[in-house]
Amino acid sequence: MPHEPTFGGLLQSQGISRRAFLKFCSTTASLMALPAGIAPAMAEALASARRPSVIWLSFQECTGCTEALTRSSAPSIEALMFNFISLDYHHTLQAASGDAAEHAREQAQHENAGKYLVLVDGSVPLDEHCSTVAGISNLAMLKEACANAAAVINIGTCSAYGGIPMAKPNPTRAVAVGDIIKDKPIVNVPGCPPMPLAITGVIAQYLTLGRLPELDHLGRPVAFFGENIHDRCYRRPFYDRGEFAETFDDEGARKGWCLYKLGCKAPIAYNACAHIKWNNGVSFPIQSGHGCLGCSEPRFWDIGGVYESVATGNFGDSAKLGAAAVAGAAAGVGAAVLARRKKTELAAHEHSSD
Amino acid sequence: MSARVVVDPITRIEGHLRIEAQMNGGIIEQAYSSGTSVRGLETIVQGRDPREVWAFVQRICGVCTLVHGIAGVRAVEDALDYKIPPNAELIRNLMIGSQYVHDHVMHFYHLHALDWVDLLGSLQADPKKTSELAQSIGTYAKTSPGYFADVQKRLKGFVEAGQLGIFANGYWGHPAYKLPPEANLMAVAHYLDALAWQRNVAELHAIFGGKNPHPNLCVGGMPCAISLESGKQAGTALDVVGLERVRNIIEQMHDFVHQVYVPDTIAIASFYKDWFQKGEGVGNFMTYGDFPAKGYGDPESYLIPTGVILNRDLSHIEPVDLDAEAEIQEFVAHAWYDYKAGKDAGLHPYQGETTFAYTGPEPPYQQLDVENQYSWLKTPRWKGKPMEVGPLARMLMLYANGNEQAKTLVDSTLQQLDLPIEALYSTMGRTAARTLETALIVDELQGWYDNLVANIKSGDVKTFNETLWDPETWPKKAQGVGRMEAPRGALGHWIVIEDGKVANYQAVVPSTWNAGPRDAQEQEGPYEAALAGHALHDPQQPIEILRTVHSFDPCIACAVHISDPDGEEVLNVQVQ
Repeated sequence: MPHEPTFGGLLQSQGISRRAFLKFCSTTASLMALPAGIAPAMAEALASARRPSVIWLSFQECTGCTEALTRSSAPSIEALMFNFISLDYHHTLQAASGDAAEHAREQAQHENAGKYLVLVDGSVPLDEHCSTVAGISNLAMLKEACANAAAVINIGTCSAYGGIPMAKPNPTRAVAVGDIIKDKPIVNVPGCPPMPLAITGVIAQYLTLGRLPELDHLGRPVAFFGENIHDRCYRRPFYDRGEFAETFDDEGARKGWCLYKLGCKAPIAYNACAHIKWNNGVSFPIQSGHGCLGCSEPRFWDIGGVYESVATGNFGDSAKLGAAAVAGAAAGVGAAVLARRKKTELAAHEHSSD
Repeated sequence: MSARVVVDPITRIEGHLRIEAQMNGGIIEQAYSSGTSVRGLETIVQGRDPREVWAFVQRICGVCTLVHGIAGVRAVEDALDYKIPPNAELIRNLMIGSQYVHDHVMHFYHLHALDWVDLLGSLQADPKKTSELAQSIGTYAKTSPGYFADVQKRLKGFVEAGQLGIFANGYWGHPAYKLPPEANLMAVAHYLDALAWQRNVAELHAIFGGKNPHPNLCVGGMPCAISLESGKQAGTALDVVGLERVRNIIEQMHDFVHQVYVPDTIAIASFYKDWFQKGEGVGNFMTYGDFPAKGYGDPESYLIPTGVILNRDLSHIEPVDLDAEAEIQEFVAHAWYDYKAGKDAGLHPYQGETTFAYTGPEPPYQQLDVENQYSWLKTPRWKGKPMEVGPLARMLMLYANGNEQAKTLVDSTLQQLDLPIEALYSTMGRTAARTLETALIVDELQGWYDNLVANIKSGDVKTFNETLWDPETWPKKAQGVGRMEAPRGALGHWIVIEDGKVANYQAVVPSTWNAGPRDAQEQEGPYEAALAGHALHDPQQPIEILRTVHSFDPCIACAVHISDPDGEEVLNVQVQ
């Protein structure tokens, strides 16, 4: 066994200054809404650590979540893999195939028992023959890998809530990870795909603070999923004034009027798209003219047509919100009131758990 | 001695692929390609609004993100004869073209390179000599000894830490690795650079589509209205600033492809010339064509032409008709599906059925029953023949059609490597074709951009045609096909619309053509045919299998199909 160097030693050998490292910690702290003074403590914690083992399991997925991870710029995928975690199993990126790949997973599980993180993208079919890796069903591999995990992070709506494989009529009897694993802490980072920063932010917080972030009632980190997209949307003033785009390239569309009538699901979607934005912050779906799909919400594929306004679709549990949106559409208050109430509740919850 | 070598998971691909190789004295006698995961997207879109199907089917794949969305909107537009404005066509061309560039570069560095580049071998490199090597082959800005010394130092620290992460258990030191240490170090440095580069160039999709992966599209054009408001808060991302950023990204793409990707490919290939002599495949090639200049309805105007090349014969191109029932068919003789007309029948996608009929071993299992059914992929055939699709097929089609740039690229590369044209029909030929195609496409981006800007300057900002948006305007029944050339090859989505809803939907995708199992006549698919005859130096480290399979750039989530509404699930497995 090679000698286990400390994280601080690694940084030194890789030419990363303490100042740059502290900057990363403080960025992470501010993103996760942690007290500013915590950065030096985070740096301290990391500097003495062996890189934690991460096992990434890919089940019924499209690899979009992995692609999203590679788009992360803070920290970048390179920094994450070389400096912060040991990504010991990841089909899309790992060098080894076949038996050598499976051995890497088994070895990581064995050597880091009780300490490693399991990240999952993709849903798990209860019809086990519908998805296997190395001849092992996804269900069996999930149970085996989670048995000695410290925690599970679901990357994307498929592993978090079942996602598109679970959309009606759910041909393979797909379920979410949380439907199978009941005895481990689970964080959901939904989205189709999730925002890159939400993926790396949650990992970074766990690594730096050694604990999982504050979660909402759907298991999502409040730091990234605590705000309503409609509330944070730059087009919100047009909604409040009743100015709506009627087609994708009418005058309103060009002026950035509200996409509510074109089916935008922002009023029922909680995510950071509107304020953090995508791909180095150049845009997000609404800014590029298409309504939000609501992809961070459970069952979003079945909550009403993509081009149906939230007031008229079949929005299940959110019906109350939809009705309120109708009632308040002229004044533009309905969804906002509910969203604000929800935010207040979350804030109260956050406060009480401090 | 007869033995079975199993490689599962095949990593550094998209999706779940398993290869079983029947060995005879160190040589692969028969190879079997199996897709081991299904989801059911074609079933899931049944009965839904055809206008929103693109969003569902785009989730077939997040690597070649966009392409299934494009095929999805084109299928509906073809069925309804729904014309899109020229600006929307140009924007789609820009998005598809940049997808090629992004996807092919990432495939080369992040999925394929480690088959040829010994990561640990780079630790022995002399940074100064590496710098000389880099300067001798390209004009990339980062070629100083200090740059390579820095990368090597980082790598050394990483390796000495004893946690290799994604590089653990690689076949490092295998005698099949032939690069000198300096070439290994150069490639590793570019592996890291390409990771940072791809992050930036993906912004192009975000400007037009709001995000990447999975940018937004719409039937009838593009949803990104062009906003010319400047000096105050812009209406949309597609304003003066956004357009300028697109121009800048095109430049970044162009520079990386010509200064790094092309020279690296040729440099690496020059050490592996024996790989230009094996891994051919089936010798038949097919393209559907793409990049319309005068609209989707005019295939004559496509940059990449349509056609079939049989038995390497570049002097004759067969036409392809995607609507003809006797041409493109899917078979299930060796796949886990049933057809009403029996296991040996072939069905055109408009009549496609996909009824689950799993007959394989219950997991956990050691070996598949390759004599019977062994894959969730169906077996597509053109007039009963297996076809290879992808960059090699496209470069051959362009070459055979006399495309000047393709001829120049191919001829000069072969000349540099001192190889005959037959060298293209191989593992390394396929990899080189992908690089050359990227060079060709990246040079087209600027033209599409210039045309878009010229239209906007002349006052044409139309991006969407609203005339057929309302399903009330549609015929009671319609059917159409959305064709395109995805980075991995010919892609078709067939849709049947009834009463404004999806009545049938079938996607026949590139990796199904390439990775599908044998057909009823026991003809192998391209992966299977390409692997047969490979000698494995060490069956425990089957790097030879990875080289050839990766040369096709597998995308298996794409390749797998699922049941339609008439389909019945015939197998009921009890959950433990």
